[in-house]
Amino acid sequence: MKGKAFNKIYTNLTKITKATCTLIAEGVGYQELAFVDGRPAQVVKLIGDEVTLQIFKGTEGIGTDSEVMFTGSPPTLAVSKAMGGRFFNAYGEPIDGGPEVEGEEREIGGPSVNPVRRKKPSQLLATGIAGIDLNNTLVTGQKIPFFADPNEPYNQVLASVALRANADKIILGGMGLSNDDYLYFRDTFTNAGELEKIISFINTAEDPPVERLLIPDMACTAGEYFANDLQEKVLVLLTDMTLFADALSIVANKMDQIPSKDSMPGSLYSDLARIYEKAVQFEHGGSLTIIAVTTLNEGDITHAIPDNTGYITEGQLFLRRDTEIGKTIVDPFRSLSRLKQNVIGKSTREDHPQVMNALVRLYADAMAARTKRENGFDLTDYDQRTLEFAKDYSERLLAVDINIPVDRMLDRGWEMMSKFFESHEVGIKEELMDKYWKKA
Amino acid sequence: MTKGKITNIIANLITIKVDGPVSQNEICYVVAGSTKLRSEVIKVEGDLAFAQVFEITTGLKVGDAVEFAGSMLEIELGPGILSQNFDGLQNNLDGLEETFLEPGKIAPALDAKKKYEFLPLAKKGQTVRAGDWLGEVSENIISHKVMVPFNFRGEGTISWVAEKGELTIEDDVAKVTDVKGKEHSFNMIQKWPVKLPIKSYKDKPRPFNILQTGLRVIDTLNPITEGGTGFIPGPFGTGKTVLQHSIAKNGDADIIIVTACGERANEVVEIFTEFPELIDPRTGKTLQERTCIVCNTSSMPVSSREASVYVGMTIAEYYRAMGLKVLLLADSTSRWAQALREMSNRLEELPGPDAFPMDLPAIIANFYSRAGIVELNNGEMGSVTFIGTVSPAGGNLKEPVTESTSKVARCFYALNQGRADSKRYPAIETVDSYSKYLDYPEFEKYMDDHIQAGWVGQVKKAKDLLIKGNEAKVQINILGDDAVPVEYHRDFWRSETIDFAYLQQDSFDDQDMNCPMDRQKYMFNLVMRLCQEDFEFENFNEVTDFYKKMINYLRQMNYSEFESEEFNTNKEALDQFVEEQRNVNEREGIQ
Repeated sequence: MKGKAFNKIYTNLTKITKATCTLIAEGVGYQELAFVDGRPAQVVKLIGDEVTLQIFKGTEGIGTDSEVMFTGSPPTLAVSKAMGGRFFNAYGEPIDGGPEVEGEEREIGGPSVNPVRRKKPSQLLATGIAGIDLNNTLVTGQKIPFFADPNEPYNQVLASVALRANADKIILGGMGLSNDDYLYFRDTFTNAGELEKIISFINTAEDPPVERLLIPDMACTAGEYFANDLQEKVLVLLTDMTLFADALSIVANKMDQIPSKDSMPGSLYSDLARIYEKAVQFEHGGSLTIIAVTTLNEGDITHAIPDNTGYITEGQLFLRRDTEIGKTIVDPFRSLSRLKQNVIGKSTREDHPQVMNALVRLYADAMAARTKRENGFDLTDYDQRTLEFAKDYSERLLAVDINIPVDRMLDRGWEMMSKFFESHEVGIKEELMDKYWKKA
Repeated sequence: MTKGKITNIIANLITIKVDGPVSQNEICYVVAGSTKLRSEVIKVEGDLAFAQVFEITTGLKVGDAVEFAGSMLEIELGPGILSQNFDGLQNNLDGLEETFLEPGKIAPALDAKKKYEFLPLAKKGQTVRAGDWLGEVSENIISHKVMVPFNFRGEGTISWVAEKGELTIEDDVAKVTDVKGKEHSFNMIQKWPVKLPIKSYKDKPRPFNILQTGLRVIDTLNPITEGGTGFIPGPFGTGKTVLQHSIAKNGDADIIIVTACGERANEVVEIFTEFPELIDPRTGKTLQERTCIVCNTSSMPVSSREASVYVGMTIAEYYRAMGLKVLLLADSTSRWAQALREMSNRLEELPGPDAFPMDLPAIIANFYSRAGIVELNNGEMGSVTFIGTVSPAGGNLKEPVTESTSKVARCFYALNQGRADSKRYPAIETVDSYSKYLDYPEFEKYMDDHIQAGWVGQVKKAKDLLIKGNEAKVQINILGDDAVPVEYHRDFWRSETIDFAYLQQDSFDDQDMNCPMDRQKYMFNLVMRLCQEDFEFENFNEVTDFYKKMINYLRQMNYSEFESEEFNTNKEALDQFVEEQRNVNEREGIQ
């Protein structure tokens, strides 16, 4: 994102709000990039010759005589192979002390892929975490967020998923990241010896919130370059999308838009979809997978941000602390991977779908038994067994610190079922029972 | 034609100063360099026209030229629609070369070069009206009727019809002289504005016969009729899309139109990938042959999302006019309502509930009422059955889109989070869902005649058992297992049997995914017989044990091919198991 020297300079701002400024100018394109007193800004409204600019860094200190210069094009990012291992800010400028990256300037936030040019995502993306691989299997080209309360270790889980996923490139888009988390990501990636394949676009909590709006587009534009032009397997990590949505609502508010549910702009669904739909499996083998984080307020998924996200993404991975075992688990009820059907029982062992469902059903029975116990009722023998099973299941399969291959997860599942239940209690197809059921 | 220049731009809303007459909903094109961006007028004030642009507006400038088309948003109707994948404005997606959807690119909907074998159905001298059949060509599995265009007014006399022969869709097939003596030439293509319903039929009776979906919980418990309307509200993750796909695969219709409205691209890709491979048992051909997909996925421009549902409906009405049974699916109508909200918001209209436009209920009602079974001018019957999904914000059914839809749709398939959590799929709520068609006497009679006498009565009995089971469950949860009579447990487990062995269905199992009506009849009678037999038990553990085992036998039957050896073996095992229980009861009765 660079200004061009020969452009006309305006110095007559007519209106300044906390996030925007207005001036009279001609020949300006919608969404064009401009600089106001050196600060990057974007055209958000054209009323006759009155141009309204959204200033990403905020308008503090901007005067009515500040210099405004238009660049003639929407925001761009210079893409090239040299981006590997580098850290950038929201404008694509290096923040790691290294040189500027030379490359092809691409408009960010471009159109989406023609649906008929997409391929059905069906390549397994294994993470070693059973709460994901067994119950909510991921595939390349998928888009899925972690739903987690702010106190859950979501960034740690995100980092370990990224490193185990065996991607060619990992692109981190950090929005409102605490400096500690930024350093955590940097050190984890560096220590893993994988820095060359990681590219980061970082907006920390100290940076202006409106800048965050550029991060997902920057990350996805870079992602598309590697996934489509170079046909690589790209993983884009976006954390935290809740802070992105908050920034959207700030801008909408300053533009006098009527808010809809939870003070969010009415276009929230489209705004989020535009980003998440960048996830794609190309026919040529390249893919762009998005794993995001949406932080929740006390597990409330009915809030507009997680609610709209859930309708857009291909499932969600719900992180929750299981007090029985004192560990963070991937909640088997509220988590879902919509694309798991494309691989389970196909790329993985034939018994995968049935084992997965049986275990979750039994876990549901355990939760019913737990409620019964809390209400002071006597438990049946079956109830007792489900409770014992639930603890084992949680500890040895659901916890996020598990790291084993899928077959091993399935074996553990059978082992648990036969330990606690009779064959007619698990409700699995006979032919699979004949093959895998071993009574302890 | 009227021309204009852009004066304002906010997101995809532009204001245009015009030099001549414009009409509401007129289409206009913004000239942006070498491309033209299609837009629709949504408000007029003096010489200012407000238009929504169907593309990204990045780079547009104040002063850019706008050309008006003089017509509303129209689509092309003719042979070659089936098996196609259109975007929300009927661009043929396969005709767009680029990987990415570049703004302003257009790909014609129909293939003008392809030759069809035309067979005349009307004769010279015959009096015709709009929608009357002039001839037919074969399109995939159906006989595609070439009709007098729907916008033809009054009666006319055929002065010429093409003979049997190979013709393209642009070749003339008939000439008709209207009452004023003017001669009109017709080829196989006609255009129709999507926001207006096609009404070239004689009569629209009440729906009376079942449209099978292959899903037991719908066909048996809450059946939808041919020409009926239904909606599926549900929070995310409860299986709306899987359910719709399953209906699209197994629905007993001649033609399926799938409108993916503001949903995920990968879900559409799944249809693209699967439908050309899956064989439709009714025709022996692939599912793709009877399907047309209209897709405006969530990242495509929001204003064409609104257009996409109308495009789907217009195509459905077109095929209905050929005397065909059409099933239209739209996923999700909430995204369409949100597109209306975004526009209303930019127009600075006073908002209604949840910031939706005030006329939302009327817009939804008008749309649903376009479905229906109709009697054509020639006495043939055609139908459009419509099932839309609704994505209620936060899963709360008391929101404007769900409430407005429930007033017009006759079938309600509520997807329940609790059922989805415990993997009871399809997660359609067993007690709260309804089909108003069960109360139609003509439907009851149809089922008496075609399935079995007293069918609807038996369905209502099943609903009573489910309600009773639900009440028993509440009592057991409040009072505890031991404190309630054993009969409560039996009532509860009867409803669980209906649920597990009949209503739940595995969409990913080759056998279970589609359950035709003869199989439903067999299984329903069996399950209902078992659930009405008064088995007696000593204590509640016995009840649980017995019904769980019985459910297991029934489920094994669902997983095996109907009336196969495996099926029969499972049935025998079930009979034997039930017989043992009867013997136990009898022995204890003697003592």
